[in-house]
Amino acid sequence: MSIYLNKKSIVLVQGITGREGLYHATRMRAYGTNVAGGVTPGKGGQTVEHFSVFDTVSDARARTGADTTVIFVPPPFAADAILEAADAGIGLIICITEGIPVHDMLKVMSVIPDSTRVIGPNCPGIITPGEALAGIMPGHVFSAGRVGLISRSGTLTYEIVDQLTRAGIGQSTCVGIGGDPIIGTVFVDCLRAFERDDATDAVVVVGEIGGTDEEDAADLIRRKHVSKPVVAFIGGRSAPEGKRMGHAGAIVSGSGGTAKAKIAAFESVNVPVADSPADIPSLIARALKLPARV
Amino acid sequence: MRLLEYQGKELFAEAGIPTPTGKVAQTVEEAVAIMRANPAPSVVKAQVLIGGRGKAGGIKFANDERDVVEPAKAILGMNIKGEIAKRIWLEQRVDIAKELYLSITVDRQSKRPIIIASAMGGMDIEEVAATHPDGIAKYRIDPAMGYWPFVGRRVAKEAGIPKEVTAQFVDILGKLYKLFFDIGAMLVEINPLAITKDGRLIASDAKVDIDDNGLFRHPELEAWKTDLPSDPLEERARKTGLAYVHLDGDVGIIGNGAGLVMGTLDAVKAAGGEPANFLDVGGGAKADIVREAVNIVTADPKVKSLFINIFGGITRGDEVAKGLVEALGGGGWSKDKLVIRLTGTNEKEGRAVLQANGIKSVETMNEGAKQAVALARA
Repeated sequence: MSIYLNKKSIVLVQGITGREGLYHATRMRAYGTNVAGGVTPGKGGQTVEHFSVFDTVSDARARTGADTTVIFVPPPFAADAILEAADAGIGLIICITEGIPVHDMLKVMSVIPDSTRVIGPNCPGIITPGEALAGIMPGHVFSAGRVGLISRSGTLTYEIVDQLTRAGIGQSTCVGIGGDPIIGTVFVDCLRAFERDDATDAVVVVGEIGGTDEEDAADLIRRKHVSKPVVAFIGGRSAPEGKRMGHAGAIVSGSGGTAKAKIAAFESVNVPVADSPADIPSLIARALKLPARV
Repeated sequence: MRLLEYQGKELFAEAGIPTPTGKVAQTVEEAVAIMRANPAPSVVKAQVLIGGRGKAGGIKFANDERDVVEPAKAILGMNIKGEIAKRIWLEQRVDIAKELYLSITVDRQSKRPIIIASAMGGMDIEEVAATHPDGIAKYRIDPAMGYWPFVGRRVAKEAGIPKEVTAQFVDILGKLYKLFFDIGAMLVEINPLAITKDGRLIASDAKVDIDDNGLFRHPELEAWKTDLPSDPLEERARKTGLAYVHLDGDVGIIGNGAGLVMGTLDAVKAAGGEPANFLDVGGGAKADIVREAVNIVTADPKVKSLFINIFGGITRGDEVAKGLVEALGGGGWSKDKLVIRLTGTNEKEGRAVLQANGIKSVETMNEGAKQAVALARA
């Protein structure tokens, strides 16, 4: 078991004939993901690197039975691609694209049905180590195990996972939820999913400045919806107010969105917050009472 | 992209939202000419993005062309909390009976636009929220439904907007909502939304923030981009497509990935240092990009040491190292004032490449931060 993605997932790549789309489709397949083909409007019927290309998601789904899509479409067209996938009945839509207008995402999220899960945009995707990779993560850094991870940042995820792996702590599923202000799936959604997942014993939450996603996660824990141990790291303790730190969503505005408030929220529900990413493995080992290897 | 007051008011006026009559001036002569053409009791307002300009002396009054010389001279070029006022906005005074608050922003939690209104305008809305939470009405609007007058009536009722101006309020809110979507705004704020003594609603101030990701749909706003105060190094980075934020410290920082760079800044701060900047070179770390990144960061005269923190993910560590060596080869920055931390895929091979080229590297982020801080102090 795992959350959202497993070895049975049948994956499409939207924008498969683009440089990024094709490169990552090939990498996903090499990792063992069942990549059933891709979609590029107007290029249906072609084959690239042995991937079948379809004109529409609807056609691709009918022909392949795909249930998951990974979107590598440029920002002006990405919202259209998400809506096309939802309209075709794809249940898991992962949008890698960075730079989608916020208003496009407001419109998308107002019409996406509850049964459809959107991950991202501006995210590295999902990996269930040893089973499937749907996104741009460096697969070999990950290792199969029983710790779930949710993150708003890509490289910080790799950094932390690398240290978990070196410490002998494998991962059940890692979800990069994205660095934009409006994203389809938030910490709360993933925490609920990990809580239900038999293959997950503990969860690492990697947050950063901006918004209230971390505070909402802490609130879910306060309301006793999460029984599994959770540990956290928050990036941006030193970020000044009003400056956007790389991610569109990473901004402290007024008194809202500070690292301080997020750390306090987690600590108030007894979630240990690491001072440095390097401390995550030992916090997890302590939470799970694992034999000390770190 | 945050707009200056006069730019916001221009958008408001086009959207049919009542604003005071006004004109913008860049020189004292222009200000005099404006007042000569339109002699009326006026407010002279510094055009800056930073808040609190009134308290800093950036808002003064004038009645005619002679009267305007002093305040115009005083405000033009004024340094308001680090931001220079390059323009003044001359606006006819309105007799205000009461001040309201009205804004629309993006609510991340509900993933919807949120309307915020209050009968207590003219002050910082966060302060009102803290002291009088009941004095604020909020309505999260479904963009699929759009704005309908009932929304305005409900918000007006809940915010305690006076009955006599509710019809105007409903109309202005509808126009503000349309503007919010038309320009792809992150925030449109009218504070204060004034009730004049003769019972009219008028936007006394304008705060507009447009989503940078949506700007490609608004070429007409391109001209305002160059108009806005910006840091020369941030400007240069933007042109090369690098995410760079100029800060105050002396430890220059380069990394790959926004989260990792943020984490690196935190580590430097935790080690007792002050980050000079945020710079994300993105994926791959190609030599020419790294070279430009180093040039931008070290162009800041405050920078005393440089910390490069790279996680080799898809890109292999040895390739990243080769890129770094190439980038640093042309000089420009001394190897003695440099700390590189390279980890992830092929890290050993990467460190060997660095070592062969006389560049020291460290294994952990915290160790790198410590050394970079020590170098900045040496």
